[in-house]
Amino acid sequence: MSAAARRLWPYQLALLTALIGAWHALTAAGLLSPFFFGRPLEVARVLGTWFGSGSIFPHLGVTLLETLLAFAGGTLLGVLCGLWLGLSPFAAALLDPYIKAANAMPRVVLAPIFAMWLGLGIWSKVLLGVTLVFFIVFFNVYQGVKDVNPVIVDNARMLGASRRQLLRYVYWPSALSWVFSSLHTAVGMAFVGAVVGEYLGSAKGVGYLILQAEGSFDVNAVLAGIVVLTICALLLDTAVTRLERRLLRWRPGQGDAAHF
Amino acid sequence: MAAVELRGVSVRFAGTSGAYTAIEHVDLDIGAGEFVCVVGPTGCGKSTLLNVVAGLAKPTAGEVRVAGVPLTGLNRAAGYLFQTDALMPWASARDNVAAGLLFRGVARAQALTQADDWLGRVGLRGAGDRYPHQLSGGMKKRVALAQTLVLDPKILLMDEPFSALDVQTRSLMENELLGLWAADRKSVLFVTHDLDEAIALGDRVIVMSAGPGSRPVASHPIDLPRPRDVAEARMSPRFVELQRALWQSLRVEVQKSQRAMAAAG
Repeated sequence: MSAAARRLWPYQLALLTALIGAWHALTAAGLLSPFFFGRPLEVARVLGTWFGSGSIFPHLGVTLLETLLAFAGGTLLGVLCGLWLGLSPFAAALLDPYIKAANAMPRVVLAPIFAMWLGLGIWSKVLLGVTLVFFIVFFNVYQGVKDVNPVIVDNARMLGASRRQLLRYVYWPSALSWVFSSLHTAVGMAFVGAVVGEYLGSAKGVGYLILQAEGSFDVNAVLAGIVVLTICALLLDTAVTRLERRLLRWRPGQGDAAHF
Repeated sequence: MAAVELRGVSVRFAGTSGAYTAIEHVDLDIGAGEFVCVVGPTGCGKSTLLNVVAGLAKPTAGEVRVAGVPLTGLNRAAGYLFQTDALMPWASARDNVAAGLLFRGVARAQALTQADDWLGRVGLRGAGDRYPHQLSGGMKKRVALAQTLVLDPKILLMDEPFSALDVQTRSLMENELLGLWAADRKSVLFVTHDLDEAIALGDRVIVMSAGPGSRPVASHPIDLPRPRDVAEARMSPRFVELQRALWQSLRVEVQKSQRAMAAAG
């Protein structure tokens, strides 16, 4: 965190408090209908019950498992396909129209098909998440491999690098920074896959909880579910940032650059 | 036997606006242990010439022989110092220097020891843990030089390696290059657009004609005594004579290339 951001956090906290305060005042005064907009204290109470009784944990566990599996699977496939197509122009040219079409398609519509194929358990959600994550990571790695500075490649070849060594010492590290810039979006997408999949049919998960609450017009529980999901997504995003700092130490701005 | 021989080498590129001939019918010998400098106007195919000797570009006609053997594929006897920054930004200076050794199957510990030794020889002792973005332009060039020399190539190809450096750093690097070269006399092909640099460094200076289809038009032996200090050499009367003689050949080509560019632009 930069010094400026550190100085800002009391204001950011004040802004959040003000927003929640306004929400509370407006719903308490009846200017906003509590039936549609909920009440912050009620939301807090629902959260307290969920975590107090521990009833949320099986649902949260399922959603997180789906998210992590989708994230890992989609990232792995995206990296492999990105490296492969980035290094083989023929395959890239051959598959180009199909990749464009698959990317343009709103892939969330695949969810019912996955549910048909894989049932209502976690795997239909994982597969939906994988398709969402895959394209983000794939395009970034593909671009990263194609954008490798050709002079660095020529230099490595003159130093005696074989094709495999080029992949390991040049293409892979170069693609890695692109992978990380895509992982932040990918984490969010993995959550989208899990929760949307749960909406469409499931027996467990935070998405399922939200759907249940919606069915009984319990807007406070819907909002509580959203809060839980947001906090989890933020935590995962922080973990990605940590990993990124460790692995991309070589980048300007990641450490302190010396000036001579 | 010459370290490198070029016989009737031409390189043509198929471009969007028709084929372009970068170099045409080039005959050139580099003797064992000889320091050959090539000067020429911008766009005269100097880099193409180096790429052909390196094996990165294939001649469309003619032949390159390395120690008498026709070159196929990459030139394994050559080290190449590129004009632009070619270090791997994700590897520390030490790992960059060790890279070629690792590619050749040297054990990691031994490769790193040798890398540190070479970093010391180019004046960067203790800078092994830094990443390229933490090094100045001159330091990066030193790392690149160590990266190439650690492999002990018989032939050293250099493409305007010091052109991006400031004047002081540049003459410092030129002197260090001469010192390293004097230690084991590699065959050097050094390309530059700077006539003074070519005379100060080389045993022989070759002037290339303006492109397209450029070829060597003059070859002058440089009889300045060695060991040389580039700054001192530049002030000797013999240097000025050589510079005048070579400038006569070079000026014609520079004017030709400017006319061609004016006509094209």
